[in-house]
Order: sequence, then C-alpha cells, then structure tokens
Amino acid sequence: MSATYTNAHSYLDNTGDDPAVRAKLVVGDNDFHSVTEKVCGVVERPQPKIWWVVFAISSSLTLVLLATIAYLITTGIGVWGLMVPVGWGYAIVNFVFWVGIGHAGTLISAILFLLRQRWRTSINRFAEGMTIIAVVCAGIFPGIHVGRVWVAYWMAPIPNQMSMWPNFRSPLLWDVFAVGTYATVSLLFWYMGMIPDLATLRDRAKTKIRFYAYGILSLGWRSSNRHWHRFEFAYLLLAALATPLVLSVHSVVSFDFAVSIMPGWHTTIFPPYFVAGAIFSGFAMVVTLVIPVRKIYGLEEIITARHLENMAKIMLATSMMVGFAYSTEFFVAWYSGNTYEAFTFMNRAFGPYAWAYWTMVTCNVLVPQFFWFKRFRTKTVLLWIASVLINVGMWFERFVIVVSSLSRDYLPTSWGYYRPSIIDILTFLGSFGLFFTLFLLFIRFLPIVGLAEVKGVMPQAHLDRPGHRGHGDYHGDIGGAEVLS
Amino acid sequence: MSNAAENAKLYGYLASFDLVDEFLAAAAKVRDAGYTRWDAHSPFVIHGLDAAMGVKKTVLPYIVFLAGLTGAAAGILLQWWTNAVDYPFLISGKPLFSLPANIPVAFETTILFAAVSALIGMLALNRLPQLYHPLFTNRSFKRVTDDRFFISIEAEDPLFDATKTRELLESISGRSIEEIEVHP
Repeated sequence: MSATYTNAHSYLDNTGDDPAVRAKLVVGDNDFHSVTEKVCGVVERPQPKIWWVVFAISSSLTLVLLATIAYLITTGIGVWGLMVPVGWGYAIVNFVFWVGIGHAGTLISAILFLLRQRWRTSINRFAEGMTIIAVVCAGIFPGIHVGRVWVAYWMAPIPNQMSMWPNFRSPLLWDVFAVGTYATVSLLFWYMGMIPDLATLRDRAKTKIRFYAYGILSLGWRSSNRHWHRFEFAYLLLAALATPLVLSVHSVVSFDFAVSIMPGWHTTIFPPYFVAGAIFSGFAMVVTLVIPVRKIYGLEEIITARHLENMAKIMLATSMMVGFAYSTEFFVAWYSGNTYEAFTFMNRAFGPYAWAYWTMVTCNVLVPQFFWFKRFRTKTVLLWIASVLINVGMWFERFVIVVSSLSRDYLPTSWGYYRPSIIDILTFLGSFGLFFTLFLLFIRFLPIVGLAEVKGVMPQAHLDRPGHRGHGDYHGDIGGAEVLS
Repeated sequence: MSNAAENAKLYGYLASFDLVDEFLAAAAKVRDAGYTRWDAHSPFVIHGLDAAMGVKKTVLPYIVFLAGLTGAAAGILLQWWTNAVDYPFLISGKPLFSLPANIPVAFETTILFAAVSALIGMLALNRLPQLYHPLFTNRSFKRVTDDRFFISIEAEDPLFDATKTRELLESISGRSIEEIEVHP
C-alpha cells in the first residue's frame, strides 16, 4: 500500500483544489467498519497517558475555580479588581470570550449543514461538544457576577414573594433568554445527532454497564429508515432554527454594550462585528483542540488535512471581517464628529491600554494573514500556534472593548486604571480547567466523530455504477428494480 | 426450554445486505410486492431509500411550525403581562409595552419552543424511546449500527406468508433469511 505513494504521508493529503476532482473526505483505505473501529476505539480503548496528565492538571484547575468562587461568594465582589469606573472587568470579558468560542459548534452543524458543506461531518460532533462546554464556562461568569448569587433566580420570570417581575426592556435580560435558549438548543442538537452513534456504542458494548448506559442514552434506536426519515427532517429543522439563533446570540450579547451610551460601545456595527468575532474565535478553539486530538487518537484519516485547511480559510475570512470592523470603528469615530467617540478610539490605540489593543490587532488581524499561504494552512504545527494566538487575541478584544471604554468615559475626573486581582486571574484560569475537564470526559465517554454522518459522505455510501456515480441521489432503476415509483 | 420455544411467536423475517445498491433495489422490490408492515435498517441515512420504500413525508414540520407560533405568542404575552399589566413600572420613560424592545425575547422563545418540539416530535412520531424490540434479540442485527444493511418484514403484515415471504427475501438477498421471534 505505502509503496504506491512517494512518501509515507502523501495519502493523507486531500487538499487539492482541482474542481474536477471530488476531494475525499475520509482518506486512506477505510470502509464503514474501519471508521466505526477508529471512532469507537477512542471510547473503548484505555485512555493514553497524556489524557491522564491533562486530566490531572485540568481537574486541579477546576478545584481552583470552585475555591475562588467559594471565596467570592463568602466574601463579596470586592475580591475582584472591580472599581469605579470599571464595574465590568474579567467576569464580563470571560463571559463574552467563552460564549464566542461556543459559536463554532452550532455554526458548523447548522449553517454548514444548510450550505451543504459535506466536510462538516468529521468535525461537527467535536465542535458541538466544545460549544456546550464553552457555554457552561460562559454561564458561570454572569451568574457569579451578580454578587448575591442566591438571588440569581431574579433574572428568570419566576413568581416570587415580592410580586416583582424582571425588566424585559433591558438587554441584560435579553441575554439571559438568548444564552439560555442557545445552551438548550445546542444541547438538543448535539444529543439528537448523537443518538445513532450512541446506538453503535451500545451494540459494541462488552460490559453490562456500558450496554445499559449507552442503551438508555440511545433510546432504543434501531436504525429504521422510517425513523431516519423523521430524524433527518428533525435535523434539518433544528439546523434551520439554530442558524438564526447562533447569529442572534452574539448579537444580543453585543446589545449589552451597544444599547448603553458609553463611547466605544454605542455603535450599530456591534452585532455583526461580535458575530464575526465569535465565529473566528470558535474556529480557532476547534483547531486548537482538534489538532492534538486527531494526532493522539490516530484520527488523521477522518479529520483530514482538508478539514484543517478549510477551517484555516474560515479563520482568514472572519479575521478580515473583524479587522474591517476595527477600522470601521475608527472611521465612524472620526466621521461622526463626536469628540467622545474620537477620543475613545485614540485612547484605545495610544492610551494606557495600548498594549492590549496592539496585542489584539497583532493576533487577530496580522497572524491570520499567514493563512493566505497554503503551507501555513497545511502545516499543523504552524496552524496550531496561530490558532492559540487567535484565542489570545480574541480574549484581548473583549478586554479592550470592556475595559478601555469604561476606564475613560465622559468625565476625566472619574477616570481610572483597572487591574485584575489575583482572584480574577485564578478564576479565569480555573474556567479553563473546567473547560478541559469536561472536554476530556466528552472524549472519554462519547463518540467524538459523527459516525453515521461520516459514513454517509464516504464513496461506499453511493452507487458505484456508470451513470450513477457521485452525488448520491438515485434516479430511476438499479439492479432491474424501479426505485422511484 | 421447549416450553419457551413453543410460546415464542414469530415477529418476522430479517434479510441482510452488504452493499448500498443491492439494499436499495431490494427495498424497491419489497415495496412493489405490496408489503406495508416492513422496514429497512441502515447505519446511516441513504438518499433515495425513502422513495425506494415509499415512505410518506412526515408531519413533523407542521408540528414544529405550530410550536414556534406558540413560542412567539408565549414570549409576547409573558412580556406584556409581566411588565405592562401585573407589575407596571416606568424606566427612563420607556413605554410599558412596545414591540421593538420585546422582539429579542419573543424571538428566543420562538426558537426554543420550536427546537424542543422538533426533538420531542421526532421521538414521539418514531415511538422512541423503546428500549426493547424483537430485532434486538438477533445477534447479527448488531451490525446495523456498523456496516450492514437489513430489511425486516413483520409477521403482522396482511400479505405475510411463511413460505412466500421467505422466498421473496431469499430471492432478493441471495442469503439465508433469519427468523425473529417475539418472546412472551
């Protein structure tokens, strides 16, 4: 087999751009069974050492998160670096950061599904899992930021002893509904897509516990085509519903800022700018996670070089959108003739937080420019480093937006300089611990590649006869039987 | 043992296939033979199989549409009742109830209701969860979630005939047909 190829890795290369050649989405000598083996093997085989090492570190960091939250709740919000005028610090920066990361999963599973991007099948489950976990991390921050967490239920329209209701005219409440709906719908979408694959794990189970656990989770799925028919419809409907939803979530998050009258926040460009940034950061996080995972678990033939290259192209496109938004903000600040707005942007680029601003520009606008070149899109090490830098840049973007505007608004007498406290920093690091802990558990117990969907885009899933090659729809007769009646 | 075997009732026959095109052609033949209580099982969605089986389009989209409308109405009513009727309070001179400010929440509840109904509706129409099914008693059927395709014809089908149905399935699959039993 390897003798056919000039070097050992060339058969993994499916990044060709000749439109006459349909790129393989699963490379190598794979059939349905070998794909099942590879993906289920991740869950069924003992985990590699590296899994335990990372798990030990990340679960320890999770304990740090719990400890800092306990300290915050028992002592008060003063343990953070919040001050006047910067009343929104790390907590809101981290919230927007994590929610943004949580956009890639639903984008891949919903928007790319509607756009018939078949390459999504290898990475959608993985990205959806990441989405749910990122939204969990995001949800913590506004929850603890309210200070008196025991009255956090006031955010929900629950009848209470004061006969009061939440104020639905506030964007902060829209956010509760947007993020809550997004978490619920992402979870449904993720779970529903997983039902057939959980049935695969059930049917391969060697132990009673696995058999019952996956048996219950897969709800008795028996791969019936009458079931598949409704399943596909439900999937299509969920994709159609999740598409406007995913665009709405970060739009609503941006309303938290845009509906206020703070210079630098009060702009109509915010919703699309936030959504582009969210997709950008989400893909960066998918790339950061998927490169080591495909290597460690030997999934390079399923999550191929082409998948990584496509994600790099999306990062390049969204980076350009974000960069365009940065420059538009400057243009509008000048063109509007509003002195406060103009000052805010000069202050961002050359004021006390200039270091954060230029970190953001370097990571988000300059670094992705390397993706114009194919060698940077296909060299996994370079791609991985770039994706980590983009994650850093996107965190700084939120830091710049939140902190630089608040620290110098209308009245110079109330200006200030915000510094995070050590508790702020530990809470942020702890949220990474929670993220990786949940992610490792996802890898350990659930199918990280959508088996049923990947099999559907393999050449074996389609008729292999003259006149029927390729696109998987059947018109007329096969083997003497009239298929379409 | 023998008692159990006597009590066992026939659920139906199960034929297996290795290739997608054999499977599609077989499904079309079973459909043309006029069977109604039968099914085709595959590890993934096969485009064209709905036509080959003669499956009618599901009513799910209508359910989801109605749920979405319900969600929109619920979102609007919730905001109107809580902020304009039950506990009216004035903030920055804004109207107590005005659609633009109430659209985002109504949009989210629309999506929420519709999405939940899509999952629950799909499961309900499929009669899932159903943790036990006679097909699960067959060992080779475990490969249906891996790489094998199956057609099952139920004994309850009005056209079912122990010999004729078996012959039909044998002629289209070229393999031995398995009997599936319902254990009492």
